[in-house]
Amino acid sequence: MTTAISVSGLRKSFGRARALDGLDLTVTTGEVHGFLGPNGAGKSTTIRVLLGLLRADGGTAELLGGDPWREATQLHRRLAYVPGDVTLWPSLTGGEVIDLLGRLRGGLNQGRRAELLERFELDPTKKGRTYSKGNRQKVALVAALASEAELLILDEPTSGLDPLMEEVFRECVAQERDAGRTVLLSSHILAEVEALCDRVSIIRNGQTVETGTLAELRHLTRTSITAELGAEPTGLAELPGVHDLDVQGTRVKLEVDTAELDAVLRRLTEFGVRGLTSQPPTLEELFLRHYTDEVRA
Amino acid sequence: MNTLVGTGFLTRLVLRRERVQLTAWLAVIALLAVGTAASFAQLYPTQQGRAEFAASLQGNPVFLALTGPMFDLTTLGGMTAWRVAGIGSLLAAFMAVFTVVRHTRADEENGRLELLGAGVVGRRAPLTAPLLTVFGAGLVLALVVGGALTAKGLPAAGSFALGLGFAGAAWVFGALAAVTAQLSQSARAATGIAAGVVVLTFLMRALGDSTGADWLSWISPIGWTQQVRAFADERWWVLALPLVTTSLLVALAYVLVARRDLGGGLLATRPGPARASASLRGSFGLAWRLHRASLLSWLISVVVLGLVLGALAESVSDVLRTSDQLQRILAALGGSKGVVDLFLAAMLSIVGLVGAVYAVQSTLRARGEESAQRAEPVLTASVGRTRWFGGHLVFAFGGTALLMAVVGAAMGLAHGLRAGDLGGELPRVLAGALVQIPAAWVLAGLAAALTGVLPRAVGLAWAVLVVFFLLGQLGQMLQLSQWLLDVSPFTHVPKLPGGEFTAQPLCWMVAVTVVLTAVGLIGFRRRDLG
Repeated sequence: MTTAISVSGLRKSFGRARALDGLDLTVTTGEVHGFLGPNGAGKSTTIRVLLGLLRADGGTAELLGGDPWREATQLHRRLAYVPGDVTLWPSLTGGEVIDLLGRLRGGLNQGRRAELLERFELDPTKKGRTYSKGNRQKVALVAALASEAELLILDEPTSGLDPLMEEVFRECVAQERDAGRTVLLSSHILAEVEALCDRVSIIRNGQTVETGTLAELRHLTRTSITAELGAEPTGLAELPGVHDLDVQGTRVKLEVDTAELDAVLRRLTEFGVRGLTSQPPTLEELFLRHYTDEVRA
Repeated sequence: MNTLVGTGFLTRLVLRRERVQLTAWLAVIALLAVGTAASFAQLYPTQQGRAEFAASLQGNPVFLALTGPMFDLTTLGGMTAWRVAGIGSLLAAFMAVFTVVRHTRADEENGRLELLGAGVVGRRAPLTAPLLTVFGAGLVLALVVGGALTAKGLPAAGSFALGLGFAGAAWVFGALAAVTAQLSQSARAATGIAAGVVVLTFLMRALGDSTGADWLSWISPIGWTQQVRAFADERWWVLALPLVTTSLLVALAYVLVARRDLGGGLLATRPGPARASASLRGSFGLAWRLHRASLLSWLISVVVLGLVLGALAESVSDVLRTSDQLQRILAALGGSKGVVDLFLAAMLSIVGLVGAVYAVQSTLRARGEESAQRAEPVLTASVGRTRWFGGHLVFAFGGTALLMAVVGAAMGLAHGLRAGDLGGELPRVLAGALVQIPAAWVLAGLAAALTGVLPRAVGLAWAVLVVFFLLGQLGQMLQLSQWLLDVSPFTHVPKLPGGEFTAQPLCWMVAVTVVLTAVGLIGFRRRDLG
């Protein structure tokens, strides 16, 4: 098992503001690694250090076995990057940008390019200034996914995509994983990370606070459930893993540790389920619940 | 619905964002007027000294072209007005153009206006706020210049006439920028068109004043400041010209803004190719695509500029033949050939500054790309930093050289044909244009060094260019010390045609350019991007 990205004790300050404060990150070759954290946690800064755009103040960073600052040009042939906020040249069309970026990296899979344009429903003849945020993101995604790069670095790549396109994106990343490519996926959408990632690192205030497989982090997640039942329920509060229970007649709201979900659902169905919505908690909620005490302490 | 809702709030926002730049512009223009008046007072304290000064200049077409018509050079006020009316109006015009475009099309292009437009803001408010700011800045300028010159002991009427002349230029070109901001979808183009018109109107009055074609001066807003005749029996009614023009342009801008969507221009964007052509390959191919349109429009502009200046050069000596007194000046300047050469050299020195504007603008495009985060996708796609920056510099240096060669050839062609000696005159004029290249390159080198080392202060390159411009325009006449004049590379450019050619200063300038560019490239490799 080789390592695609290895970062330890990374530090970076902008003036007085400390963006990274001893961050660790290890991405194994061939895995999809989720890189989680709230806004301003230092995800993009870490990625920009890995891309050789920023110079670290301290710590070590290794990318595909090389130094991301000194060997930037050689390493970049082997990776493709999608920034969170894609800006395009106003006078170039999307198709031209895709071809240009592909040529700079040393080649584009033409069949894949055509297929991706179709799947993402992207019109390549429009000029950069006329694309919406989501469409600009698609341009960068097609350019990255159609490349032959062995490592994909995606920085909040779906923040402008509609749910349909988000689904297409998930399928594409799953394909890349099956094809053996390594993916670093920065996100604050936990569902996306859960669907795609083998392992996850969670950072906060420029430090790594959790890292491990999803199963290991499962204890962090709670699912919130709203149900409309046939009859007034009883005995829910006694079930293990149930929190914040709120019963209003036949209407039930509760949060449950994901590991205990099965038992709770069985219980609910006993009263006849008329309507059900379930929602994994947002990452921010998780952070609030999990770390507020730590910060206070 | 009230289309002006929120104007007050937006105007305060514009003022907040412009407080440093606008203050700096106003200070420079006011200091220009006051400093010139003070220098003249020191240099020519007596009536006799001023009469001699007037006699030495009166009717000299080179000074008529570079500076303006001479209404009364026997008073301090008259000398000051003659010296600064043109330059002051030029600076006021640029101040207005940059300010208006920055708060209209530039804000619209990068999406800031959308953020504001969704608030309680009327349709016309985002255009009105920067216009009010510029109109207010014009009034402040008039008051400051008028007040300061009066305080220096000059007649109040002339002082305020000159100040209001500056204000008029700011108003007209602010309103013009409001129109060009509606036409194009890019702020760069909006500024480019408006700034081009500013330069054009300056040249129109230069030609009108020096060749006797008065109508050219009278249709130029820069000329209006001079035609007010501050300190020389003021013609107040001339100030109605900028007022009327401003009103018409503002009305046109409002009509245009009502007819288009947010973010849109009047020209619809057409779809382009789905595939990149073979030439869009590598960072150099991309740089070519990005510089192409700008370089082509500059080339067309300087060809027109060169042809017009060249075609009119001969007329300069014709004007001097009209009276005995002027005949004597002609003889003193070395005959008809001598005066035409002086005129050509003077015009070429302005052309050199125009080249420097292109040099700075195209060099700073690299920083513009970086700030807009469009450098990132290229630099993370296996393009080295030196290669990327170098691609832009090739167009900055090569483009500047090309522009100078083309303008020199066009000017030499027109002048040679008119003078009936194409083979003789073309190479002389071309040489006069080519010697400007190293001086313009120094500015490109400075901009490159700033990009590499002080990326947040790249605007300094423009400030330095303005200082060099003012040194060239005012330095000798105000008898500034030589070491100060020597700071500007344009001081060292051989005055061709007619002057003596020396290669040494040109070699020095190239060496300075190489050092500055190397500093920029090395700095750019070592610093954080973004």
